[in-house]
Amino acid sequence: MKTSLLRNIFWKRFKRNKIAVIGAIIVFLLFIIAMFAPLFSPYNQNDIDRNHILEPPSFKHPFGTDDLGRDVFSRMLYGARTSLLVGFVAVGISTIIGIFFGSIAGYYGGWTDRIIMRFIDIMLTIPTFFLILAVIAFIGPGIWNIMVVIGLTSWMGVARLVRAEFLSLKEREFVLAAKAIGVSDKRIIFKHILINSLAPVFVSAVLGIAGAVLLESGLSFLGLGVQPPTPTWGNILTLGKDNIEIAWWLSVFPGFAILLTVLGYNLLGEGIRDAFDPRLWEAEQG
Amino acid sequence: MINYLFKRIFEMIPTLFGITLISFMILHLAPGKPTDVLADFNPKITPEARERLEKMYNLDKPVIVQYVLWLNKIVKFDFGESFSSDRRPVIDKIWDKKQPLTERRLFITFMLNVITMFVILVIAIPLGITSATHQNTLYDRITTTSVFIGFATPSFWLALLLMMFFGVYLGWLPISGLKSMNYDSLSLAGKIIDRINHLILPVFVYAFGGLAGDSRYMRSSMLEVIRQDYIKVARAKGLPERIVIYRHALRNALLPLITLIGLSVPGLIGGSVIMESIFGIPGMGQLLFMSVMTRDYPVIMGIVIIVGFLTLLGNLLADIGYMLADPRIRH
Repeated sequence: MKTSLLRNIFWKRFKRNKIAVIGAIIVFLLFIIAMFAPLFSPYNQNDIDRNHILEPPSFKHPFGTDDLGRDVFSRMLYGARTSLLVGFVAVGISTIIGIFFGSIAGYYGGWTDRIIMRFIDIMLTIPTFFLILAVIAFIGPGIWNIMVVIGLTSWMGVARLVRAEFLSLKEREFVLAAKAIGVSDKRIIFKHILINSLAPVFVSAVLGIAGAVLLESGLSFLGLGVQPPTPTWGNILTLGKDNIEIAWWLSVFPGFAILLTVLGYNLLGEGIRDAFDPRLWEAEQG
Repeated sequence: MINYLFKRIFEMIPTLFGITLISFMILHLAPGKPTDVLADFNPKITPEARERLEKMYNLDKPVIVQYVLWLNKIVKFDFGESFSSDRRPVIDKIWDKKQPLTERRLFITFMLNVITMFVILVIAIPLGITSATHQNTLYDRITTTSVFIGFATPSFWLALLLMMFFGVYLGWLPISGLKSMNYDSLSLAGKIIDRINHLILPVFVYAFGGLAGDSRYMRSSMLEVIRQDYIKVARAKGLPERIVIYRHALRNALLPLITLIGLSVPGLIGGSVIMESIFGIPGMGQLLFMSVMTRDYPVIMGIVIIVGFLTLLGNLLADIGYMLADPRIRH
């Protein structure tokens, strides 16, 4: 009863927030595009056509062709797949690591907490992009490597968030009661505290996808991310840079796709945050 | 205050250790020994060269010994020799004492970041204040929307678009490097104009990324302050709104911005890899990019450690700045 009531409030508030709905629509469309990329693509995304290289947009090729005569529109549809995959896997990794360190630090406190927090400070001191590049230099580029590396270098925010939630929740009566009747630490951490701190974690994961998409496209743009011929928006932009004086379409469309994607996740994340925020509920009702 | 400062500096020591430890861990990330990876990519590596590598990182010794020996060199700013054919010491590549100051990579990246930070603050502060004082007006909504779009814009895409428009289409601005080919033959005024022309696009793109966050932060900081009682008092005693905002509120709203500057240093420096690569700027970011491409491990390690160290220093400076600005902490 209570949860369904909360759910109703959440939806009512979310739907009223027009910007959040726009974000949700963008993200939904991206899912559809990524899922049905083969259906929507007029050409095979990797088919080389030497007779039609670097052609500007036309009815045959709505976004033009690249330096090998491949259809940019088809490649961009598949690029949506890549960015979605990288975004979700990287954020999945970072969220799991963040929850792990954050809950241990917050629940146990003391030295455990101090060491983990110091480790987080150190990780935040080295610029993420430098850290990622250094790791890539050793393990090599590639789609799986960059997912793991992005995940391993972007968990610190989640960890801090989860820790803060734990610090405030662990002194609450329901946790003390669970402790008093001898519930195990593991069970308290997962079943009692974590479950109650998932809302902000979820919001930060949605926002994290936006960050991961930006990082992936940046790495791929430098040639250190997803490797050709796998299409990504980032590596189409590399061709845009190489042909900057003759082929504007190679730069304009993929960059705009990245912008829309990141915007969509950011708006969605902010919308969910506002809808979850009880302080704003009271403000509206009072 | 002195005590606080000492405590702060003392706290930096374990963090410094941590930075070297993480870098050392990365060195051992590669499957097998670091030397194996190099051999895979460069099959022509001679036995002598391999020996040189093993010697540089003492790879034949136990890991703990490797780390201690390596650390011993790092504290003397000895990062070893580059793997590239010139075999120059890493520190010379980053901070070449034979070159004039303005040609040294670290200096270039540092100056670019300082200029960018300045530009960000000059734009973000008034933008944040005005949208806070005009909360919920059309102006506020437009700036808020712009901020969201600014957050989502990939900086390298913006760079490409501007290069295409101002560099290629209009031909107004150079799109690569920090000075023209004929720089040395220019008059002093010509030299200055040439430098500025080369900086306009990179600094604009670079600043654009930080602008969104900082103006947003300034806005919320200002909103927080103008809700306080002392602002109500200032208004109640009939002070003009201009004085209330710019004399009473602004000073307090600016304080958190000092912390933000400290926090945004790593992100800004991190962005230098892409920016310097696109605009052909010979700084640290470009050096890191080239070193990653050629797997020049000593240079990569050296850059990561130096940049981590500088970021730490930046955070310390921000803390000191905060302390000097806020009398509540000073006393």
